[in-house]
Amino acid sequence: MADNNTNNPKNTNEVSDPGRRSFVKNTGIAVGGVAGGALLGGLFTSRSKNNNNANSTADKGTAKEKRYEEARMYFTRMADFAILEQAVERIFPEDDNGPGAIELGVPYYIDKQLAGPYGSNVGDYRQGPFKGPKTSAADSSLDRGQIFINGLRAMDMESQKRFDTNFIKATEDQQLEIMTDFADDKVEVKGITSKAFFALLRSTTLEGAYCDPLYGGNRDMKGWKMKEYPVAIASYANMIEEDKFIKMDQVSLTDYQPK
Amino acid sequence: MVKTLEKVDVVVVGSGWAGGIAAAELTKKGYKVVGLERGKAQKRDDFVGSKDELRYDVRKLMFQELNKETLTIRNTLDETATPNRSNDTNAINGTATGGSGVHWNGMVYRWLPTDFEIRTKTVEKYGEEIIPKDMQLQDWGIKYDELEKYYDQFEKTGGISGEPDPLRPGQRSDDYPTPPMKETDIIRTFTKAAKDLGYHPYRIASANISETYTNPDGETINACVYCAFCESFGCDFGAKADPIATVLATANKTGNYELRNNSYAVRIVHENGKAVGIKYVDTETGDEFIQPADLVVVAGFTFTNTRLMLLSEIGKPYNPKNGTGVIGSHLTAHQRNLTHTRVRGFFDEKKFNRYAGTGALGVTMDDFNVEQLDHTKLDFLHGFCLRTSQRGDRPITNNHVPAGVPSWGKEFKDKSIFYANRRIDVQQQNGALAWRENYMDLDLTYTDMFGDPLLRVTSKFHDQDRNIVRYAHQRGKELLEQMGADYITVPEITDETEFDKTSLSDHTGGGVIMGDNPETSAVNNYSQVWDMDNLFVVGASSFPLMGSSNPTATVGALAYRAAEGMIKFLEDGGGQLVKKEESAKA
Ligand SMILES: Cc1cc2nc3c(=O)[nH]c(=O)nc-3n(C[C@H](O)[C@H](O)[C@H](O)COP(=O)(O)OP(=O)(O)OC[C@H]3O[C@@H](n4cnc5c(N)ncnc54)[C@H](O)[C@@H]3O)c2cc1C
Ligand code: SF4
Repeated sequence: MADNNTNNPKNTNEVSDPGRRSFVKNTGIAVGGVAGGALLGGLFTSRSKNNNNANSTADKGTAKEKRYEEARMYFTRMADFAILEQAVERIFPEDDNGPGAIELGVPYYIDKQLAGPYGSNVGDYRQGPFKGPKTSAADSSLDRGQIFINGLRAMDMESQKRFDTNFIKATEDQQLEIMTDFADDKVEVKGITSKAFFALLRSTTLEGAYCDPLYGGNRDMKGWKMKEYPVAIASYANMIEEDKFIKMDQVSLTDYQPK
Repeated sequence: MVKTLEKVDVVVVGSGWAGGIAAAELTKKGYKVVGLERGKAQKRDDFVGSKDELRYDVRKLMFQELNKETLTIRNTLDETATPNRSNDTNAINGTATGGSGVHWNGMVYRWLPTDFEIRTKTVEKYGEEIIPKDMQLQDWGIKYDELEKYYDQFEKTGGISGEPDPLRPGQRSDDYPTPPMKETDIIRTFTKAAKDLGYHPYRIASANISETYTNPDGETINACVYCAFCESFGCDFGAKADPIATVLATANKTGNYELRNNSYAVRIVHENGKAVGIKYVDTETGDEFIQPADLVVVAGFTFTNTRLMLLSEIGKPYNPKNGTGVIGSHLTAHQRNLTHTRVRGFFDEKKFNRYAGTGALGVTMDDFNVEQLDHTKLDFLHGFCLRTSQRGDRPITNNHVPAGVPSWGKEFKDKSIFYANRRIDVQQQNGALAWRENYMDLDLTYTDMFGDPLLRVTSKFHDQDRNIVRYAHQRGKELLEQMGADYITVPEITDETEFDKTSLSDHTGGGVIMGDNPETSAVNNYSQVWDMDNLFVVGASSFPLMGSSNPTATVGALAYRAAEGMIKFLEDGGGQLVKKEESAKA
């Protein structure tokens, strides 16, 4: 449909450059009729029309809204989950760019993933013997959920050993020191190398920061906003040839998929 | 009990490009074809609203489920292989209707005349001595000029958008059916730098097509809208040439094609040197069937093709110790941790719309390809293309930072966000040549869900493989310097960089190779098995080497050639289509 405005970049904008140069000015571009309008028309419902201003809809009232998904599906011990929260925030911290892993919902995202088929390696080849180096999470005889439990508890034990305190009570620098040693494969974890556990922790943290919000991470699309990533835009045909950077509002699957 | 079904003219394992082309051509001629596809049924409706990076690109929804079957891997003959357990280590193969052709990028390249006569041309130019001791260089038994019309047919079926390579005048009988895709700032930047350096850049030919097109079979493919959810995804818009939109639709239209999904082929059944049919398992019920046919086509990609030959005990298995036998030999690939690595340029002052794009939107050049290089001055054979493409960077999988920046924490977050749209990558893709001890056979320990041995891959990188990539990276770096990148990261290829699970690739060939001599090849140039006249094994399994660009146009061309052979076979009452005695000179 020709009035499908999700294609239209904002006419003008100033893009703040995180952490670096102050501002980059973008000249606006006017977008003509949607290329392949008839084609797009067949595919999109009116839902996408409502999304012209994804920013404002998403930002509105999030602070007050009750989040029913903030309960644990996988982790049984609160203590394990608390370590997870600290760890993912160290990997993807809050800063001038915007929210960190906790505010983005990453810990709950990971909890949900581990409660589902991914956590129990349903799609993987699981026949033994599990021989050879445990270089990746999949090479371990533990499933991903167990790897998280063993890994997080090993981080806590390491903190007790080195700093005589729980991981969550350790200072940020102490936490970083432990995590660096995990990443460098210097710590023992049962059933897996600390490096492979850390790689899993890192990759799931990034997933939680940038996945579609339908999974419980990337709350209010704030991960995407930081990266200026517009996501489910129906067509870029009108702007793909532009020299200038064009900033657009984000479109999530909730707004994109036909209903 | 195995139930034997009613005989049909042809049974085809696989519904990807190779199986789809065979199905289309045979059904158009009136033959009754049954297709067996291990994966689920899938059509375009399944792709509408599928822009979900986590589900498709990260969790690999459209790829083979490894819980049913996988590969085992080792480097050398005296090691024990271990399984590739998870698609997050590396996903390779498609499954479900249309195979990998549904979630491919759509880069379409013709291979070079030299590729098909690699041994002859190399010896002609440099003498036998230039070939390293354990390298296996072999001609295909067919030349580029003979294959040209089939490349043309594949491009016309897909409506491929492109422009000719300026370094290959006179090699095309016709233009691409549709003009190149739109040009982006990244493409312009690369093109200018390449031209300034005296190279010959041209646009990557693309199966994500530039304008709506109706192919000679009457199938319509829509114009691509650059939505950037291409690789690993089905196209939301019917704008990517894939088997569902083209050849399978053509086959279906004839009324002569029946595709059975969730049907796992486990054996090629044969009696007295003749293929009788395919034994398969319905994975929804567990029931076993034999589908008898006059002609049997195996088109389940390199790994399945090789494994079915070995499991069914057809042809002589390759023995790497004494070099006898053929099934399993000439394993070559564009390895992910070697060939597929990229030189990345980071720009502080320039911002590109990296979120937009399509699978094959880009620019490429052949100035360092096999025919342009003087190998006496180099420590490798063959050559490579250099290119950049703009697929649309999705945020989970694109968090690149300049060298020296950590991979997590404060600085990582800041820089990965800053550079998200400030990057151009130069990718090289090099020819990969076969080695005596790189091959495939059946694993001794691990089995699939039916209890059959898994396919075992034995493979090691050689100096040649590393040297060509190192050399290519330096050329990529020079290009990025010319573009004015502020930081350039060149992947480190050390002597320790080795074949492992992360090397596995959708560009893997060999195992059932093509040639002109039954002693050193498994199929003739119609993909017909030398040892079994009514069995055709089609796909990248027939490549004696992996060319220096994406393989699918060559798979498609060979499949059109094979289909022509199948029709000849059925019409002329069988027999070998290529006379052994005439050609067995080698
Ligand atoms: C993510 C991705 C991107 C790619 N991008 C490009 C690109 O840009 N350019 C390019 O040239 N190439 C690309 N390729 C490679 C390309 O997809 C393959 O070369 C091509 O699809 C091979 O076609 P095929 O028909 O031989 O095999 P496939 O497409 O793999 O089809 C084989 C079919 O057989 C089925 N099958 C296998 N075993 C059995 C069995 N035992 N029983 C029943 N069915 C079975 C499979 O499920 C599958 O559907 C890409 C591949 C991937 C995965
Ligand atoms: S980029 Fe083009 S071909 Fe790829 S999925 Fe989008 S519309 Fe289809």
